[in-house]
Amino acid sequence: MALIHFLKPKNKLEEGGRSAALVHQDEGEPEKNCPNCHKDIPLSRLWANHMVCACGYHFRMKARQRLHMIADKNSFHELYSDICSLDPLRFPGYQDKLETVRSVSNENEAVLCGTASIGRQRCCIFIMEPYFMMGSMGAAVGEKITALFEYAARQRMPVIGFTVSGGARMQEGLLSLMQMAKTSAAVKRHSDAGLLYIAVLTDPTTGGVTASFAMEADIILAEPEATVGFAGKRVIEQTTKKALPKGFQKAESVLEHGFIDEIVPRSSQKKLLAELLRIHGGTS
Amino acid sequence: MNQTPYNRVKLARDNKRPTGLDYIRNIFKGFIELHGDRRFGDDPAIVGGIARLEGSPVTVIAIEKGHTAKERARRNFGAPGPEGYRKALRLMKQAEKFGRPVICLIDTSGACCDVGAEERGQGQAIAENLTELSTLCVPIVSILIGEGGSGGALALAVADRVWMLENAIYSVISPEGCASILWKDAAYAETAAASLKLTAEDAMSLGVIEQILSENDIGKKEFYTRIRSLLAEEIQALGRDPDLVGKRYDRFRRIGADVMESRFS
Repeated sequence: MALIHFLKPKNKLEEGGRSAALVHQDEGEPEKNCPNCHKDIPLSRLWANHMVCACGYHFRMKARQRLHMIADKNSFHELYSDICSLDPLRFPGYQDKLETVRSVSNENEAVLCGTASIGRQRCCIFIMEPYFMMGSMGAAVGEKITALFEYAARQRMPVIGFTVSGGARMQEGLLSLMQMAKTSAAVKRHSDAGLLYIAVLTDPTTGGVTASFAMEADIILAEPEATVGFAGKRVIEQTTKKALPKGFQKAESVLEHGFIDEIVPRSSQKKLLAELLRIHGGTS
Repeated sequence: MNQTPYNRVKLARDNKRPTGLDYIRNIFKGFIELHGDRRFGDDPAIVGGIARLEGSPVTVIAIEKGHTAKERARRNFGAPGPEGYRKALRLMKQAEKFGRPVICLIDTSGACCDVGAEERGQGQAIAENLTELSTLCVPIVSILIGEGGSGGALALAVADRVWMLENAIYSVISPEGCASILWKDAAYAETAAASLKLTAEDAMSLGVIEQILSENDIGKKEFYTRIRSLLAEEIQALGRDPDLVGKRYDRFRRIGADVMESRFS
């Protein structure tokens, strides 16, 4: 089996932990196979190229690696790193899963929040973590994102958010669902204060995150080929019993339908975000 | 009483349960239906319009499943598409403009999930309802009358008060969906139903709803009369609140805030 099958978390919430564990074990591996061009790429080259293959394929990226790519050196100040989910419903297996995922991902939760500079432009930033239960949103993720928008509104700062998510975290039941309303209300307050919010949708952005803060930004960017949708492809196929059209739920097709402003490859993201922050009243 | 969670799921889905239009016809007077989202189409899964509640004008929005096979198919089994949510938002904005309270009746297994709904922005439509309802300047009361399926239900439940019928359910995912993802087998739906905490009592103890409505005499005159007077009373009280929107923000802001820990601090 090609290495990529291990490295790439499947689009299922519970796969996050296992995949994250394998990423760590695989750090010493010399090559990864690109699922697009099928060539083996030396890992060191991939890391140096922000996990983008020479053919343009964007591999999934850990939140802190993304932060390193986007934020100015030593500019990040992390917020709310101590907030993490308990197991409020005593959902079967959830406590064990949380502990495993925490130990292998070295993250407390599925989103990283803080303040940073991008091209010397100060902003609040959140980056969701694909290797923590596929960026699923439970009470802690909702709380961190809500608190960040409230902080940004108080400090009159813009927010840049990178999304990746399988949706609401079902192990927290209704409490997860309510985070969609809670984060949306905070986004609205920040927006009503005349402040800028830019979302960058990365692969995959789905479910309750698409149906809340991912789609509520002033400017919505996406990475090439990122899956962006509400319902899962398998669910749609099972419901409609029809084959899905080519490119369905790919960022390029979502842009064609009018729901994304621009597709931006990783190599151009920092420059574009800095310019957008500058245009909207950042420090020149 | 003493129903298992999965029995509650079955009761909530029962074809014989009163649907949205039954509530509209029996609780309100002089319902005038208003169609269309002014963008693309009219979604029969959501019925909306103006009516009178004990004499006062209100905007009523209901997800309608239909009773007969033909009607259920026409209404897409109560699974609204983006046009439904956009119609609902249009009518709520209209209610705000004319100072009418909004009442939502929710009964859906979830938002429509087909190719067309995705292509016309199902996620964006729900997201927009969540942001816009959070600051709507008129009272909103939402009642879950049957199924409260995930984001498709929440899009009409960013309200000042959320009530549930005794055998209604409210969940982030269907028990079957949860079972097939977690245990690779939809047969575990019963376990999932119990684990998801989706009954009215659960929602109440999680602080997600304010009231459970008894199903005594469900579908009978007394049943609707009881809900009518509860609604009229609540809406009058909410109408007097000068900080409606602030309190609505706090209502959602605190949900889940007590189920996290701050580690290392």
